Amino acid sequence: MTSDNQNGTPAWHLILAWGFVGIPLAWGVAQTIANSLKLFH
Amino acid sequence: MGTTAETDSEGLFGFFARSRTIARPGFSRWMVPPAALCVHLCIGQAYAFSVFNLPMTKLIGISQSAPNDWTIPELGWIFSIAIFFLGLSAAVFGRWVEEGGPRRAMFTAALCWSGGFILSAIGVYAHTLWLIYIGYGVLGGCGLGIGYISPVSTLIKWFPDRPGMATGMAIMGFGGGAFIASPLSVWLMSRFSTATHVGVAETFIVLGVVYFIFMVVGSIIVRVPAPGWKPEGYAPPTQASKLITTSDVFVYDSLKTPQFWLIWWILCLNVTAGIGVLGQASAMSQEMFPGKVTPVAAAGFVGLMSLFNMGGRFFWASTSDYIGRKNTYFVFMVLGFLLYVAVPSTGSIGSVETFVLCFLVIISMYGGGFATVPAYLKDMFGTRYVGAIHGLLLTAWSMAGIFGPVLVNYIREYNITHGVPKAQAYNVTMYIMAGLLVIGFLCNLFVKAVHHRFHMQPEDDGALATAAEAGAAMAARFTGRPA
Repeated sequence: MTSDNQNGTPAWHLILAWGFVGIPLAWGVAQTIANSLKLFH
Repeated sequence: MGTTAETDSEGLFGFFARSRTIARPGFSRWMVPPAALCVHLCIGQAYAFSVFNLPMTKLIGISQSAPNDWTIPELGWIFSIAIFFLGLSAAVFGRWVEEGGPRRAMFTAALCWSGGFILSAIGVYAHTLWLIYIGYGVLGGCGLGIGYISPVSTLIKWFPDRPGMATGMAIMGFGGGAFIASPLSVWLMSRFSTATHVGVAETFIVLGVVYFIFMVVGSIIVRVPAPGWKPEGYAPPTQASKLITTSDVFVYDSLKTPQFWLIWWILCLNVTAGIGVLGQASAMSQEMFPGKVTPVAAAGFVGLMSLFNMGGRFFWASTSDYIGRKNTYFVFMVLGFLLYVAVPSTGSIGSVETFVLCFLVIISMYGGGFATVPAYLKDMFGTRYVGAIHGLLLTAWSMAGIFGPVLVNYIREYNITHGVPKAQAYNVTMYIMAGLLVIGFLCNLFVKAVHHRFHMQPEDDGALATAAEAGAAMAARFTGRPA
């Protein structure tokens, strides 16, 4: 990856970076919530 | 002899040098939290290591443990060794992490963490437990420690206006890593297992490779701000406020201050109180409410606690930016005290809902204690060596990791052997935890601004630069490379 450009970080860099960590985390949280719901059954 | 900046920009490993990570104008600081999360989400797997315990007791027997299979107590040492080396490596390598920059540290953490998994996979194949102790425990533990502290000071420098929120985001990732690792590991083991094979070794190899890729991506996208950079519209305070310094304290000088040791005890006591009940939550809920809380519901309760542990890291650390670090810890200690004292009453009145609510708030403050402490250290000791000082402070976590569970287990066993009904066996523990928080409250009360005699002076910078150059020259003598 090259260094950052002079005109600011492109929005797609931010989307890609946050998606890279956000999607697995959201999946893990969804799995945990599904398990946690057993408490209320 | 070249300058430090020249030295670390050249050579085969120049890409990892701090000078190569300085952001160019226009770089968005919001790229840095995902870089930090790349590391913390991976090393957060440590909280989910217990999913391997049962399968690893059946590596030979497959369907049930054979006489030569490993036992749970033997396997329990893997996690304990890893947490011990987390604290040790964070303390020992803190200054190296701080001075070398986040990219080198993150990459090193990736090598250690993934290498630990690969070595452990070999240990599983060869059925050699000490290889797993060295692999996941020692090597992986070093990856944990270096990885944990590597993005802290970088985030604080990028977010001087919201240091609590920034470090809270990363440390939230450490709590969230288990959410990914636990179902992923179970799924991988189910894919690799056969009638004659459990699939643990293959799972270790896949996790090692995936974590390496994730952490290296984090090390590639991380940047440090250029000297003098500040967020748009942010006016740094010209004068130090009562509890927020504008000066820096050298990493090892922090050990000479009472503030370091007071915060060390605050973290240790807060973590001891939380970690003790975290590991016992399932059994405790079932024993305090026999017939009301089933094992399945208890598992759901543990999952809910993990969510609050993660969410509390972001919530409380962000809150500390508004109410102050000292006040945040006062909330932890006072509210924690009230809730621990209330828990035995929830058992006696049979209110599961109140019991669950109490523990969810308690565990959110346990996570919050971890996430708020880097910003507390930054307020006390400045930003320059905050990552390294945070590394030294993590020895409090290692200590609490040993004492917390021991305290809860020992008191429970003592009560049961002395005829106390199981439903009430935890009452004394709760009162002791509340007592620990009273001590924590007093420690927090005594935290004052660091005396100016500990602050670094301009001539200290010169001395440190000379020492760094001397170190580079010595390294050149060994490697044959010009300094």
